[in-house]
Amino acid sequence: MNEIIEKLLEAVEFGKIDQKSPYPPQLRGMDGSHELTQQALAAGVDPQRILEDALIPAMGNVGKKFAENKIFVPQMLMSAKAMGASMVQLKPFFASGAIKSKGTFIIGTVKGDLHDIGKNLVAMMVEGGGWTIVDLGVDVGSERFIEALKSNPGAVVGLSALLTTTMVNMGDIVAGIKACDPATKVLIGGAPVNADFCRSIGADFYAPDPQNAVEYLNKLAS
Amino acid sequence: MRYKNLVINDPEELMFGLAPKPVTTPRGLVIGGGQVYAELNFTLPMMSINHNTLGEVYSHYREIAEGALERAVHLNSKGVVLEFETLLEMTKTPDIGVEIVKIMNEICERYYHKYGLASEIRLTPNDLREFERPAKQRSSAWLEPMMELFERGMMAGGDLLSIESTGGKEVSDDALMMCDVKGVMFALSVLGVRDMQFLWHKIVTLANRHGKIAAGDSACGFANTAMVLAEKKYIPKVFAALVRVISVVRSIVAMEEGAVGPDKDCGYEGPFLKAITGIPISMEGKTAACAHLSPIGNIASACADLWSNESVQNIKLLSGMAPTAYFEQLEYDARLMNEALRMGKMHCQVLQQLLVGSDVYTDPQALILSPENVIRISKELIKGDSYVANARNGALVALDIIEEALQSGKLNLSEMETNYLPIFRDDLNSIPDLESDFIEMMLPVLDPGKFILSEYGL
Repeated sequence: MNEIIEKLLEAVEFGKIDQKSPYPPQLRGMDGSHELTQQALAAGVDPQRILEDALIPAMGNVGKKFAENKIFVPQMLMSAKAMGASMVQLKPFFASGAIKSKGTFIIGTVKGDLHDIGKNLVAMMVEGGGWTIVDLGVDVGSERFIEALKSNPGAVVGLSALLTTTMVNMGDIVAGIKACDPATKVLIGGAPVNADFCRSIGADFYAPDPQNAVEYLNKLAS
Repeated sequence: MRYKNLVINDPEELMFGLAPKPVTTPRGLVIGGGQVYAELNFTLPMMSINHNTLGEVYSHYREIAEGALERAVHLNSKGVVLEFETLLEMTKTPDIGVEIVKIMNEICERYYHKYGLASEIRLTPNDLREFERPAKQRSSAWLEPMMELFERGMMAGGDLLSIESTGGKEVSDDALMMCDVKGVMFALSVLGVRDMQFLWHKIVTLANRHGKIAAGDSACGFANTAMVLAEKKYIPKVFAALVRVISVVRSIVAMEEGAVGPDKDCGYEGPFLKAITGIPISMEGKTAACAHLSPIGNIASACADLWSNESVQNIKLLSGMAPTAYFEQLEYDARLMNEALRMGKMHCQVLQQLLVGSDVYTDPQALILSPENVIRISKELIKGDSYVANARNGALVALDIIEEALQSGKLNLSEMETNYLPIFRDDLNSIPDLESDFIEMMLPVLDPGKFILSEYGL
């Protein structure tokens, strides 16, 4: 069983989705996360263990390598895809309560802003960290954040903006969220924002990069 | 593609301040006619734009224009371009954008009549079609305010017309993050080209109707996004260099439809457009560090006709307001190039060699912008019979140039970067000449929910 978990961890870390996948070259022809998850479940491995001992550590390693500039985003995305191939099979166990995610993370680019590359990266990294993602997309106002929060009580909210004229909308959204549920944690990110701005609008955390967002969320979950 | 020959064949002729087809503006700037002018770009500080803040918004733009032109007079500037790149609300509600053009144009007129200072406004509305996902490039209701701002804005004094159009971005965004060169090729040489044909036909028709100047379009959302991602070490620099070259076949469509330049500042594909079409171009480099970092600070000015700063917030610095300070930096760069132009060809070449030599082997994105390499790549960009073939051929020769520089030891790249080179070459070599064959190849591997083929005339 440990061998399958180790192989699954390696497959996800290096982005091996399935046996047919040509990427990464060093694992060509070998089983990917799709087959290895099947094998693990067939062997009776606890789904929670698959998540906690293989998928999350694999993505943690990926996040660390990315933060240290040892890999580019495509490698990280391949790992996320490999994790996705595994998660599809674990989905029923989430639904039944046999696996618990670390929490739900609602993310969106704020009203008036269409930039989503950074937001998508954060969503992917946070999902890799074992969180359930609710991605509201771009041009999202406080009503939609609050609506999503009502559907996902206890969720953490992430706001992204790239423009000096849209970052101001973060303030209204944070105020709306806090008015709805003062305990909700809100993190913000994007080129024009910083920790001072975060404090000034009453948000809880400024994430300068995706890895920092993951670390903050993991602290909340621990 | 319409262009079959380069207008500039000799790298020595690809020079700052000199374009074979200069553009003369209503107040007398001759862009590309032997002078480099500053093109100042600016934006609001952190603030909302709504009914209650409009007075403050207008004050900011008044202050920016007044501050820059006052400084221009003080520095004996030969001319200035002010780029009004609108914020979303200003295109969504064209009245706001038009009012700002009016405010700035009144100031330009006043300085022209009082001091003889020639200045022009480049009006750059937003491409609002991005608001819909998937975007409705041809049937979107957002086209109406965009075109309204173009038309009313040009009548209010926006003499140079530009846009950073976004056709193909739905595919490009994901392709950039995956370093998928075929996806980028599809986004730019198929979707981008088709959307540019649609949009620029409209813009050129409007400009001609009102006697204004259809200037050009920047592949900012594609190639500059790649450059910024590479600066953050998210994607390889070699990929960003290839995206830049591929973007040429998309941006040149504006000229094919009748745009005459100056091409837009953040279009670092400008040197290729200048070599192929002879139009003047605007470029930005070290003076754009206020907006984004780049590896091409000096080399970007090697053949610039306008020299820009991308965008700076109207905030107070120790010296004064930031746009005024940035105008001064641009003006001194322009003054240096203009002094070289005054002293003659040899001095221009020496200055250009310094601008090129100081950057060229520090990054593949700089490497492809040296005049020699611009000409070499441009020749490949016009050789084929389709946009797809031309973009592929241009990217392949850019790869050759990068590999030659690596082999000579002049360019150093990490293994993380060089690992991608054979992958890109294989992918590019697999792309067929014909657009129809390429579309057939790509459709099964693209997410059909991301874009609407019929919105591209397909």
